[in-house]
Amino acid sequence: MSGRAPRRTGRGFVAPALIWTLAFFMVPFAVMAAMSLATLDGRSLVWGLSADNYARILTTPYLRRAIAVSLEITAIVTVISVVLAYPLAWIIAFRVPERWQRLALVLAVLPFWTSYVVRSYSWLLVLAREGVVNQALIASGLIAEPLTLANTRTATVTGFVHFFVMLLTLTIYANLVQLSPNYRRAATDLGASAFQTFRHVILPLTLPGVVTGAFLTFVLCIGDYVTPQILGGNNELTVPQVIMVQLGRRADFPLASALSVVLMGIVTLAYLGSARWLRLDRL
Amino acid sequence: MSNRRLALLGTTLLATALPGLAAAEGTLNALVWCDHTDPALIEPFEAAHGVKVNLREYEGTGAALAILEQSRPGDWDVLVIDGIDVFRAVEAGLLAPLPADQLALGDQFPEVVMAANNQQGGVTYAVTEKFGYNTISFNAAKVDPADMQDLNTVWSEKYKGRIAIYDYYLPVMGLAAIASGIRTETLGEADLAAIAPTLALMRANAATVGEVVSSQTALATGEVDIVVGGGEWLTAVLAGEQPELTWTIPDQGAVRWAQSIGVLEASENKDLAVEFVKYITGPEGQARLATSSCFWGMPANARAGDHLSAEQKTILRWDEQAGYLARTELYPAPDADLDARMQDLWLETLQQ
Repeated sequence: MSGRAPRRTGRGFVAPALIWTLAFFMVPFAVMAAMSLATLDGRSLVWGLSADNYARILTTPYLRRAIAVSLEITAIVTVISVVLAYPLAWIIAFRVPERWQRLALVLAVLPFWTSYVVRSYSWLLVLAREGVVNQALIASGLIAEPLTLANTRTATVTGFVHFFVMLLTLTIYANLVQLSPNYRRAATDLGASAFQTFRHVILPLTLPGVVTGAFLTFVLCIGDYVTPQILGGNNELTVPQVIMVQLGRRADFPLASALSVVLMGIVTLAYLGSARWLRLDRL
Repeated sequence: MSNRRLALLGTTLLATALPGLAAAEGTLNALVWCDHTDPALIEPFEAAHGVKVNLREYEGTGAALAILEQSRPGDWDVLVIDGIDVFRAVEAGLLAPLPADQLALGDQFPEVVMAANNQQGGVTYAVTEKFGYNTISFNAAKVDPADMQDLNTVWSEKYKGRIAIYDYYLPVMGLAAIASGIRTETLGEADLAAIAPTLALMRANAATVGEVVSSQTALATGEVDIVVGGGEWLTAVLAGEQPELTWTIPDQGAVRWAQSIGVLEASENKDLAVEFVKYITGPEGQARLATSSCFWGMPANARAGDHLSAEQKTILRWDEQAGYLARTELYPAPDADLDARMQDLWLETLQQ
């Protein structure tokens, strides 16, 4: 067989994915990037190569603040989710009997089965002044007056963490169960304590799963509109919320597109920063 | 398979995939606000005309204009639009002239005919179909109703943390303007500096700034006791279960909203579209629209009262409309530049 036939076959296999990516990612992104260089004259769209929208993002305090708020919330959510998900994945992988692991995983993904919007509104009711949390705290005598929990950054982070802990648990669990028990046995035989085994053997080997889950959390969290909109009470605005405001009444697609490109840039930087450890095949 | 069958199959698949091509004579496509999606409103029209009405809900005039721009001519027949934005649709050449003599404009409350908004050059392009107030909604069991008569007390330190603000900058800035003694119709860029401190105070004392459902949820669950920018549209659907949730128009006045309906110039179904507009603006359609399950509001047609129950009229405060109309101003209708400045000020206020 000549070399041409396998090359053609290879191209044939790759073509659907390539066409898909081209049609549903590259072309829309190119349109969005071009739109970010357009401007509004009154209410009319003027195509061009203007950097005005990017200059606005850099010089307008509320737009810069939106980027900062998005980064802060995303960082907090990612760290808390990793810290909670790792032990949970560990327990499911090594402490739960094998026959119960499937059920444990089903329970872990249960939050994915409900509507995202309904889940966010449910949290709003739970965290309200007259919600379950405040009522329980008052009944137990821990507080006299209800705490302000809903419509805060805490509420936004809680809603996010509830969702992303489950996602991270799955990615970390997938990594842990692929780990041969011989690594732990060898470390123990060589005199390592349980902590040393975890610190020097298990953690480095499961880092790809942690980083992969953390990266997915970062991407999904920083681009999310629903959770901060419902749970944050607009007390601080994230980039997706500011984008939606631009689109709603004024139809300022150029500025909305520029903000979206900035968001894409942040995600790309996050990817480059974590690429060394990213192993999507471990999912 | 024969070529003929193949062609038939192809045509069927194409027609299924592209709704525009499949648009039948008896189908009406309408771009609407959520109150039009109530089956109790739409089904009588469908039954009377033997047609199917396809509805798509949107929020924000910008979003509607973007949808229309991205659609093919003829995809949409009817547009429901914010009364102050009719001119934007007319300027874009989107709305068709309406046969004014066939519409019940003479039956409308005179204040909401809004000829300056719905007509241009003597041609009627849209008709007001519903109106209401962006004012103060509150829980009468939790706050002193007398305090709600003064806008400056509503958002004062006294109610810090107990206020929600409706997340739409035009009516809320309109209220801030009214509290500062500025008429909404004269509100200009120079006035923004004057209302900025009021907005900042409002923001500082508010627990949340939310859209319709969030504001409604906050008031209904006791998270807040006051909604600035609320009104009958916010509390009427809750009246049955929580009669303590009510609204008032403060002594300084409040802001009035209005929505209009028109037929799209590119519609290939204009006769049916006009029939739909006549139904919606007629007494029966108006009564159903006013009490839609999504949100309630006053019907523009005064004869709708004949089709509303006494209880519905009480909730809508039918008998007090003359006074309310006299004490309220249409919310600001800024041009493009002022709109941009107002939105910037709103976002700056939210990020404080």
